[in-house]
This record gives sequence, structure tokens and C-alpha cells, in this order.
Amino acid sequence: MSTGHYLGVSLLLLCIGLGGMLLRRNLIIILMSLELILNAVNLNLVAFSQHWNHVTGQVFGIFVITVAVAEAAVGLALLIALYRNRGALLADEIRLLKW
Amino acid sequence: MTNLIFYCFAAMTLAGALLTVTRRNLVHAALSLILSLLGVAGLFLTAKAEFLFAAQILLYVGAVMILFLFVIFLVNVESEQQVRPFSRQWPLAIATLLAILLAGAALFRQGLPLPAPPPRAASAAGNTEQVADVLFYQYALPFEAASLLLLVAILGAVLMTRRRDAALLDAESEETSA
Repeated sequence: MSTGHYLGVSLLLLCIGLGGMLLRRNLIIILMSLELILNAVNLNLVAFSQHWNHVTGQVFGIFVITVAVAEAAVGLALLIALYRNRGALLADEIRLLKW
Repeated sequence: MTNLIFYCFAAMTLAGALLTVTRRNLVHAALSLILSLLGVAGLFLTAKAEFLFAAQILLYVGAVMILFLFVIFLVNVESEQQVRPFSRQWPLAIATLLAILLAGAALFRQGLPLPAPPPRAASAAGNTEQVADVLFYQYALPFEAASLLLLVAILGAVLMTRRRDAALLDAESEETSA
């Protein structure tokens, strides 16, 4: 398969993830959409790694996965703390900074 | 044959992603996300990135999704299903997505400005060996920084999920013992 095919799948995955982030109200779904976007990034990196026949893109992908794992752990911990304090996980109900 | 496998994995990825962002039930969304991540892992395999394929399945499907499922079980799933799932600014969001998709489609239609790939040098080393060479020779310092990042993430997650009354009890017991 050509590199363009991988880039197309990656673009669609990015759009779906972005749609989830913009459209959904539940914070857990928003975190899941973030994972989808990071996976689209990784797909791009791997596609170009195959295009140039060079593994540096895959090494960068490993770093992206590492950061994504750390982000998911801290993000979910924040969600639990938020749920304990306010009892809601809806993005538009958390508006203490809004006036 | 490789085309068929590629399209199967691509369909798996996109269908799982669509189900993830549309399901009301959080557990269903998490299971669809697993389908999507497995599809991405398969795409890694078709792009000859075997090490990332294994890492994707172990880390994402194994670890991150378990974390998500545990958090979903900790919050009250029943009460989450009653509410309106989509936010009020959905027309704006749809317009943004359409703009990005149209820009991408225009780019694909006029042909991607990709230079021709270099001639492939046959390498005796496997994918994992090549990745290890680049990771530990060229990127050893970022690798160590990533371990520091993971340590900070562990500490942050544990501190954040500690109960406040537990922290208060700790403080009180310290006061009484002092």
C-alpha cells in the first residue's frame, strides 16, 4: 500500500477523534478521543518511517505512546478527583472559571 | 492480498473510532476503542513496524484500556446515560470538521507532494533490532527523560486519587503523635 493510503486513514481517524472531542460532553469520551488523535499521529509517523525506509519514525512513535500512557493515567486520576468533588463528569458543567 | 488486509484493518480502525465517539454507554465506547486500537496495531503490522505493533497491543489494549474500564466502573454509569450526550455547539463543531475534511480531500485530489522514496537497502537486522539501535544510540537521553516522565505520572496519579479524608486522617494522626 502506498504512503498516501496510510495518510488518508490517519486523516479520517484524526477527524473522528476531533469530532469526539468537540461534540461529546462526557469527559471520559473526550479522553478516549484524545487517544484516537494520538493514534492518528502514530499512524502518520509509521507511514513515513515506511516511506523513507528508516526506523526513526517508529522510535518517535514509541515516545508518543509513552507520553500518551502517562497522559491517560494522570487524566483519569484527575477525572476521579473531579467526580469525587463535584459528582459530574460533563464538560459543560465544569465552569468555575466562566463568568 | 496485502491490499485486502490493509482495507480490513483500516475499516476496523475507523468503525471502532466512529462507534467510540457515538455510543452513549461508556463501556460500549471503551470496547469500540479497543477495536479501533487493534485496527491501528494491524496497520502498524502492514507497515512493517512489528515492534510498535507489539507495544501498541501491550500498552494501549492491555494497560490503558484496563485503566479506562476501571475508571468507568468507578463512576456511576447509569446516571451518565440519562443525560444529553452531545454538547450545544455541535453546528460549529460539524462545520470545523467539514472544513478540515474538505482541505484534506483537496490535498489528496491534487496529489500529495511526496518525494520518491530512496532505494531500499536490504538490511539483515530485524525491525526490533533496528529500533533498539536507533533508540539506544541516538535517543538515549530522551529515553531516560521518558522514564522520569513515567515516574512523575505515577506519583501524580496516586496523589490525585488519594481521598481527602484519608489525607486529613494522616495529618491528624501526625498531630497526635507529635
